[in-house]
This record gives sequence, structure tokens and C-alpha cells, in this order.
Amino acid sequence: MNALIVVPTTTWYLMLSAVLFTIGTVGVLVRRNPLVMFMCIELMLNAVNLTFVTLGRRLNDIDGQAIVFFVLVVAAAEVVVGLGIIVAIMRRRSGITVDDLAELKG
Amino acid sequence: MELFVFVCATAMIIVGALGVVLRKHPVHAALSLVLTLFGIAVMFVAQHAEFLAAVQVIVYAGAIVVLFLFVIMLLGVDQVENLKTEPLAGQRWIAGVVGASLLGLLAAAIYTGADSVVSRGDGIASNVVGDNPDANIQQLASSIFSDYVMAFEVTSILLVVAVVGTVLLSRRRTAGKS
Repeated sequence: MNALIVVPTTTWYLMLSAVLFTIGTVGVLVRRNPLVMFMCIELMLNAVNLTFVTLGRRLNDIDGQAIVFFVLVVAAAEVVVGLGIIVAIMRRRSGITVDDLAELKG
Repeated sequence: MELFVFVCATAMIIVGALGVVLRKHPVHAALSLVLTLFGIAVMFVAQHAEFLAAVQVIVYAGAIVVLFLFVIMLLGVDQVENLKTEPLAGQRWIAGVVGASLLGLLAAAIYTGADSVVSRGDGIASNVVGDNPDANIQQLASSIFSDYVMAFEVTSILLVVAVVGTVLLSRRRTAGKS
């Protein structure tokens, strides 16, 4: 009876975070709205956080959770600065996509 | 039981992530992001990271997504994005190829490296297993405030820089000043 109960292994969690990271990558490549691209970057960060926690449990080490704490703080700071830049750009030229920001093109 | 939790949380995460990528409306994408973040929090609880699950809900779902919604509201960019037309020729196709190859690469790395992972470290105290109900928070705190206290202090500098930078970026230039 006990053999029938399937327990999710480390590989399952790692595959889930790989799928989540891939979805985030494809979103960044496909979408043109800078806000939605930022959300896709958050998806990728969350996939990495899930990997850290999973391997922290697998390796029986609390450091995996400690580094997720720092990733959360850096992600919050990154979102604040990134949204500030987006607001500053959008205020000058409304309704643009990332394809319109090509001033540095030679 | 853990299998049931895993399947439900996986469904939440995948549906939310696909919603972020495929929804035309930015507000709908932000709300799909909340679904994914809650799914990740459930995964944290399932892996005995109770404190991180609470922080995930408070910081991500409570602060970051609200910030996204505020910016969407502030800028009035909530018009529907036309997903039918392709801005760059062949972009979707190449993005699909890149995504598939990235997923294949990650899956190959996971399957080849899964056996080489060996357990080390001092062990993780859990709220569920241990006698002490605060074991996870106490162990995490002793790790952050002893082993990684330098990184913790640098984090405070980073937050100050982010706040000052954002205030400077979003300040409206007044006439007469540079």
C-alpha cells in the first residue's frame, strides 16, 4: 500500500522551476510592453527562488533559504528602480513599447 | 498528501505564468502574477520554509504587485496590447525555439546532476517536525545575523540607494531649476 503513495522528489520541483523560468524567458522575448516584461522577470526570479529552497532542503542546509531572503530584497529594490525608470520615460512619451526606445542605435 | 499539494500548487503556478505571458491586458497579467506568487508560497510551505512563504506573500503579493498596479493606473497604459501582429518578423518563432532549447538544456542538467547532489550542512529545523514552533525562523535568523551579517548590512545600503534613486528619477523638474 505504501508503495502506491508517490511523494514528489527534488527532481519534480526542479523541473517545475525550469518550466517556470522558461515561460518567463519566452515572455521577455515575446512581449513588448515594458511592464509585462518586468512581470516576466519576476517569474524568472521566483523560479530561481524555488530552486534555492528545493536544493536547500535536499542538501539539508539553511543557506538555501538565507539566500532567497537576499534575492527577495534585491528583487524589491530592482522593481522600485525599474518602475521609476519606466515612469520617467512614459511621462515624456506616452504609450510607447520597448521597440521605440532606440536612441542609442548607431 | 504532499503529492496533492504539489499538483495543486503546480497548476496554480503554470496557469498564472501562462496568464502573465498571454493576457493582453496588463492588469490581468498582474493579477495572474499574484496567482503564481501564491503558488510559489505554497511550495515554500511544502518544503518547510515557512518564514519565506510569509515574506513571499507580504513582499511580492502585497508590495510588488500593488506597485505594478499603481504604475499601470498612474501611467494609463492599461490599453489592450495587440498580440496578433508581430513587431519583428520571425520573433515569435525564434523565441519559441530559444525557449524549447533552454527547457531542454535545463532538463538535461537536472537529470544528469540529480545523482551528484549529496547531503551536507547541519540540517534544517522545521516548524512541523521540531518541538519548537519557531524553529525555522530562529535557524534562519541565526544564519542571516551571524554568517551573512555583512551581506545583510550591504542590503540596507542597497535599499537606501534604491529609495533615493527612485525619488530622483520620478521627481518632476520645476521651472527655474536645472
